[in-house]
Amino acid sequence: MRKHLKILEYALSSLWRRKFKSLGIIAVFSLIIFTLSSILLLTYAFKREAMEVLRGAPELIVQRISAGRHEMIPSWYGKRIQEIPGVGMVIPRYWGYYYDPSTGGNYTVMAAAGRGDRKLEMLSGKYPPAGGEVVVGKGVAESRFLSEGSRIPIKGSDGQVRNFIVAGIFTDESSLLTNDLIIMSLMDFRDVFKTGNERATDLVVQVFNPDEVENVARKIREIFPDTRPITRKEILRTYDTLFDWRSGMVLTMFGGALLAFIILAWDKAAGLSAEERHEIGILKAIGWETSDIMELRFWEGFVTSSVSFLTGLIGGYLHIFFFGASIFAPALKGWSVIFPSFRLLPYLNPYQVVVLMFLTVIPYMAATIFPSWKAAITDPDVVMRG
Amino acid sequence: MHKHRIFIAAIITEILILMVLFLSGISRLKSAEGLLQRKTELVKSLMLTDLSVWTEARYTRHPSQADWFAPFQDYPSSIEHFPAGSLLHPPSGAYGEGVE
Repeated sequence: MRKHLKILEYALSSLWRRKFKSLGIIAVFSLIIFTLSSILLLTYAFKREAMEVLRGAPELIVQRISAGRHEMIPSWYGKRIQEIPGVGMVIPRYWGYYYDPSTGGNYTVMAAAGRGDRKLEMLSGKYPPAGGEVVVGKGVAESRFLSEGSRIPIKGSDGQVRNFIVAGIFTDESSLLTNDLIIMSLMDFRDVFKTGNERATDLVVQVFNPDEVENVARKIREIFPDTRPITRKEILRTYDTLFDWRSGMVLTMFGGALLAFIILAWDKAAGLSAEERHEIGILKAIGWETSDIMELRFWEGFVTSSVSFLTGLIGGYLHIFFFGASIFAPALKGWSVIFPSFRLLPYLNPYQVVVLMFLTVIPYMAATIFPSWKAAITDPDVVMRG
Repeated sequence: MHKHRIFIAAIITEILILMVLFLSGISRLKSAEGLLQRKTELVKSLMLTDLSVWTEARYTRHPSQADWFAPFQDYPSSIEHFPAGSLLHPPSGAYGEGVE
């Protein structure tokens, strides 16, 4: 034990002798681990939260497709769908988008219809809104400087501006779901968008037996070939694959960081500096065994990689779960004018942490030990002469 | 003979910080069960299908409701031009499996 501690002490002294180089490597290595762990933590936490809350999404939604595009669906489709055995209620949903020229933001406008009479939590103010009133998300309220009782002008499709009174604002905690929402009464929705009384955006279909959802969807497609049923399973599957570490830019960032690590490890594995060779030669000459030199290099690799791994992981965790992924935010935001603050729940996948460790710490240590082994088995005289 | 003590202390401190973070995370998750339940109820009440994250385009605001070709809808062979589109992974069906 004492011998190992002495070798560790020597390894630390040796690293300290080249302190600028060693600290530089630790800083770069930590930064790489920080980037990789931030990406893994962010994508996993985002995905888990989406999967948890979207369990409440409608079990079956029916859209109408016309010329390959989503089209408003006539209400009588719902009556015919309701006749399918196993189908309960068919509730029309009324929603659309509104571009706000004063902020440049896009809002999602919904009518408080169907299940809209339920009392809502996560809202300050009243719900459902009466005629001439709206309930807005935190993002809308912030971008328009709204508070309860203030007015928000909305220009209808007839070019007329209507002033709505803000009856309620969704709480900050629900931002991931409601940030860009404007909810108004069905009457106002029809008035603003001139959709007519007989058409809805899509239909929510209640199916009594969860195992029958696919069958009901198939039957709907048979009766109405111009429809596209979307099941809850499909919604969850979309979110399962949507925000993944393998997706577009995330993969680019991930790949970049991984490549930087490979370059770092490769530089180590490619060979030793003249100074390091000289050191190995002297150690051999004064009686160090090959195994001692290997152990010395093992400790050097271990010190560098373990400190970097832990520092990077702590940094990544704080970045995502305490600072809301603030460094990634400009990239994540894209062109979205209103964007929710990421206050994700700290879901952690231990498997990912272990994989990250095996992908970085172990290769780095191997890359440190291997060239030393080559030098250590060579005659000290040859090593010292280079 | 003290550098290794500093190193071991540093490593133990880092492991302890990490464990405190993980444990606080677990307790945060436990205390957030009610919050999650409220969010799920909100999704149920408003019949929501998507998270309100990227509002720049229809297919980024409602990825689960969009057509698979929505990013390229402007004209045939048009390029996908919304930045958030490069962050989203295409749905598994878009690769061929599960397409009807």
